[in-house]
Amino acid sequence: MSDAEMSDAEMTREIAFTVNGQPAALDVEERFSLADMLRHRLGLTGTHLGCEHGVCGACTVMVDGHAVRACLMLAVQVDGAAVTTVEGLADDDGRLSRLQQAFSDHHGLQCGFCTPGILMTLTEFLADHPAPAEDQLREALSGNICRCTGYQGIVDAVMDVLASPPPAGGAR
Amino acid sequence: MKAAPFRYHRAESLAEASAMLADLDNARLLSGGQSLMAMMNLRYVIVDHLIDLNPVREMAGVTSHDSYFEVGAMTRQRCLLNDDAVAAHSPIFRAALSYVGHLQTRNRGTVGGSLAHMDPAAELMGLAALTDAEITLTGPTGARRVAIADFPQGYMTPDIGFDEILTTVRFARWPAGHGWDFREFAQRHGDFAVVGVGSLLTLDSVGAIDRAAVVLIGVGDGPLRLVEVEALLTGVRPDTELFRAAGEAARHPAITGDALVSADYRRQLAAVMVRRSLTDAYRRARAAVGKEGGHV
Repeated sequence: MSDAEMSDAEMTREIAFTVNGQPAALDVEERFSLADMLRHRLGLTGTHLGCEHGVCGACTVMVDGHAVRACLMLAVQVDGAAVTTVEGLADDDGRLSRLQQAFSDHHGLQCGFCTPGILMTLTEFLADHPAPAEDQLREALSGNICRCTGYQGIVDAVMDVLASPPPAGGAR
Repeated sequence: MKAAPFRYHRAESLAEASAMLADLDNARLLSGGQSLMAMMNLRYVIVDHLIDLNPVREMAGVTSHDSYFEVGAMTRQRCLLNDDAVAAHSPIFRAALSYVGHLQTRNRGTVGGSLAHMDPAAELMGLAALTDAEITLTGPTGARRVAIADFPQGYMTPDIGFDEILTTVRFARWPAGHGWDFREFAQRHGDFAVVGVGSLLTLDSVGAIDRAAVVLIGVGDGPLRLVEVEALLTGVRPDTELFRAAGEAARHPAITGDALVSADYRRQLAAVMVRRSLTDAYRRARAAVGKEGGHV
């Protein structure tokens, strides 16, 4: 294909989707990753990029309820989908979700780079496994690399959430 | 890194994808993208055209038949792992799929994508080899079926023509109550296995093994069926000595080393893991016979 045929105008595509419940419509470059679109076009910089080849898990977001690597999906592939990022976990008034609060309480993060991806992974995992054993939890965390905590604080945070009953009037 | 520029094409049907593949130069099919997108981001792979199969709903789904499970190429690995009918009859599928990457990659990664990519450590290639699977490829002139034994042509090189699309795979079903085991040795869960082993076996009316299949993954170009080990097991009433001998016979000359792991170390792992795998597969076969009020 000649350079003329590969013009910028031809290489973008209109997409419409929701992100954290809000509708979004964009004209995005076809080769743009979902992670780059979230960060650079929508300003949702809570989604972090570590390795950009699917190993570190920092960019994990949810697409139609399933945790995925946002570096391995193209932005154009979420046309019509519902995307949830770490910005969608807390309440509108900024109150953290129980899982987020437990991470804070149990030192489940230090530098925080991996944390958004881990929270999104665990959000799906805990929805599917309401009472996991610790080894199941550690296996679920295998797709997210944390270099600070040794995972112990993360596991403690999740076990605390599982051990304490959800507050009356709205479990999150 | 970011992928080099390419044009993105959304296929809505198999026919549309086939037509695009025939028309476009230097085009690749995009299924789950859990290997291809990473290779494109690293610029190991640079394409002019990417044909997205994800919208093609007719290519996804799992159906159970009397003698096989048919799995559409675009079936997510998560869906096959969670398929209760498959797991109830052939628990090895769920066991093996739990080793495929991580839950985030299984949510996108597809069965057909894994087979077409043909990583030497791919669990799905191991399952296909173990069950003598048959792969269907669809091209401009119709469909072609390939036995799994003929599918690998070399390192990461499956028998797929440039104008063909891998559409379905049929995993043959073993008799109800067969013994099974799947295990891996890896540095971390979800890493590429240093060695992986899958075993299937059935027992006859006097408790001897009347059929066995054993496969290694991660040890060479593709899955390695251990036909010598299978022959050694067949017709024999097992004891610990038989499984020890089977493990020794698993030190196959085709097992290779790489920059991190020597061939001898892999052979040692294969010997130990095959012994343990067969021991557990036999235990499960015996338990199944016991449940049916059988003879052993």
